[in-house]
Amino acid sequence: MVRVEFLGPIQKDALELEIENLNELATILQEDKELSEWLQNSAVAVNDTIVSSLDVALKDGDKISLLPPVCGG
Amino acid sequence: MLHIYNGALNVPEILKEWYEEEHESNYGAYIPFVGTVRSENGIDGLSFDIYEPILESWFEAWQQKAKAKGAIIKMAHARGDVMLHESSYISAVFSPKRRVALEFIDEFVEDFKASAPIWKYDLINGERIYAKDRSTAIQGSGILGEKQ
Repeated sequence: MVRVEFLGPIQKDALELEIENLNELATILQEDKELSEWLQNSAVAVNDTIVSSLDVALKDGDKISLLPPVCGG
Repeated sequence: MLHIYNGALNVPEILKEWYEEEHESNYGAYIPFVGTVRSENGIDGLSFDIYEPILESWFEAWQQKAKAKGAIIKMAHARGDVMLHESSYISAVFSPKRRVALEFIDEFVEDFKASAPIWKYDLINGERIYAKDRSTAIQGSGILGEKQ
């Protein structure tokens, strides 16, 4: 089971999913039309490290975070 | 050194504290940047969400870059609401020589704007509205939207 968290302005509760890689996550999240814009402009972190490809294997207990566009200061 | 405060920053206190921490450390330059909430677009203030685990690792990577130049950086940011003319952000570079500090604060603040996991909202008439148009997608964004 991995946990998926939606940060900042993405108004969505965290998900607990039985998935083995980020490609599976992409397929699941793309079915949610309310997320489509966020999927296009959000970065993805696995266990608090931002990743640049979906070619990432997941294991039980991993935490995935979606980070939408930022503006600090 | 990274500090997150609930609400507006106490600018004189933070600048004084940082000065007192380092004034005997033999740095020749102390260059602070203070960000203040301006009146524009009818806002009453700004509000911020922060994701601390990634902010901390991002900051630590910059601290290592500073260290390689013999410098250090300090940063303070507000979480939650900050009203007009209050401060939400302070960063500073201490370095042996001014040129390094001036260049470094510029690079650091630019990357802060583009990469630090902080989300800004306008406070208008009691509503909290995501400042989407002023926000920047983090490098590498969009991979979950790619066609499978």
